[in-house]
Amino acid sequence: MTDVTKLKNAFPDAVLNVEEYRGDVTVTLKRDGLLQACTFLRDDPDYSFRFLADVTAVDYKDKTPRFVMVYHLLSHKHNRRLRLKVPLEGENPEIETMTGVWPTADWHERETYDLLGVKFLNHPDLRRILLPYHWDCFPLRKDYPLEGKDEL
Amino acid sequence: MAEPEIRLHQEKRKRGETETMEINMGPQHPSTHGVFRAVVELDGETVVKVVPHLGYLHRGIEKIAENRTYHQVIPLTDRLDYMAGASNNLGYCLTVEKLLGIEVPPRGQYIRVILTELSRISSHLFWAGANAHDLGAMTPFFFMVREREQILFFLEMITGSRLTPSFFRVGGMSMDLPPEFRDECMKFIKNFPPRVDEYETLLTENKIWKSRTQGVGYLSAEDCIKLGISGPMARAAGIDWDLRKNQPYSSYDKFDFKTVVYHGCDAYDRYRVRMMEMRQSNEIIRQALESLPEGDHSVTMKGTLKPPAGEVYMAIEAPRGELGFYIVSDGTAQPFRMKVRAPTFVNLQSLPKMCEGKLFSDMVAALSSVDLVLAEVDR
Repeated sequence: MTDVTKLKNAFPDAVLNVEEYRGDVTVTLKRDGLLQACTFLRDDPDYSFRFLADVTAVDYKDKTPRFVMVYHLLSHKHNRRLRLKVPLEGENPEIETMTGVWPTADWHERETYDLLGVKFLNHPDLRRILLPYHWDCFPLRKDYPLEGKDEL
Repeated sequence: MAEPEIRLHQEKRKRGETETMEINMGPQHPSTHGVFRAVVELDGETVVKVVPHLGYLHRGIEKIAENRTYHQVIPLTDRLDYMAGASNNLGYCLTVEKLLGIEVPPRGQYIRVILTELSRISSHLFWAGANAHDLGAMTPFFFMVREREQILFFLEMITGSRLTPSFFRVGGMSMDLPPEFRDECMKFIKNFPPRVDEYETLLTENKIWKSRTQGVGYLSAEDCIKLGISGPMARAAGIDWDLRKNQPYSSYDKFDFKTVVYHGCDAYDRYRVRMMEMRQSNEIIRQALESLPEGDHSVTMKGTLKPPAGEVYMAIEAPRGELGFYIVSDGTAQPFRMKVRAPTFVNLQSLPKMCEGKLFSDMVAALSSVDLVLAEVDR
């Protein structure tokens, strides 16, 4: 299991919460200072989370904050996983891109933008990836009907 | 074009004496194995830029899953990677089981391993055949489809369907193995390694095959990690990482097999990794059949499945790499959010890196070596 004490000590202001459920460790981070914390997690020899497995977001519709970014990290060296969560304020959330830390974030973030409408600042090429380029809503949001809004 | 000609052309390009040309590869190009489009900017025969366009097969599976019960999601999952449906079933069921905190009885776990490894062989076989076909070798395809047909016959015998088993349930399997399966499968297991030898005589030391694949689609271990590449592609770049070994699930720790690693980082070694993996999978199935435990194949589940509120991520080693499911439960009968971490979606991202600056004719080899299934990429 991943011990996050070192991360907490290095970024006492950024870490909001640490929890464990069914063996998965989740660290909730503040949006500000996320890049520094992620670079630390990637480069620190005690963590070396060099592999970003997955990026997504969850829409909690009626709760505030409504959107939560979720990152799944993997360290080949220590054979450990870690989940990062970042709550995002507002209806049109924005967050700094992770492409500088993990280049694989590129398409993941395009997908998250495409389906949930989270905007990634400084992303090199933030276009829709799965839906047609002219699409104007974000279907994985909870207020989007299952059968879609208009006919194709 | 020969090497000096290419260099001459590149010098001309620098001086501004040539123009580039944009062409569309796909969406109906035969080597894309589905509907995938890449806009390729060419300078003569050299690829300058590749811009992939996806989404032609997007069905909104994640959205549909939010509106189905946990068991109703299972048939959606084997329509992701239809070449190895059982792997997807397994990944999903393990995730829900992790959420519930239950464990499948040993017999159920072994049956799962048998089915998953059978579909891994069938997926690799089809890939190897199609890959050779993409590069102009027609014959291997027919050899490989012959054995794949036998595996599909087994899948049909056990599950009733050839490509989309939907046979897994949360907590086990829907049924036990049919009594005649063991002997039939044992026969296949015994005959399979010589068959792989046969495929290898067609390709592995073939001069044309080697010159078409060696050094093509080069992707170093460093780049693999940066781009999130997993599965055979990463193992062909020397990354010793197999979730079946490193984070065992479903009793994989009870079987004796090796992680296949090569260091060529190219299309040729991706081919060799997959060929060796088929032999390893064959070995796993033999061991599983020989030591198949007695007992229940499933735990008894009563009433509607309502996992407690919480969230889990669980990843398995699918034939194409790390297949992960991230499920958020709010305590109701439907998943609140389900995210599929599809291995080919991530692996495909390496296409520009593999092709830019190389010859256009090698792009087909590089694209094919990814082993892409567009249904999984687009979800």
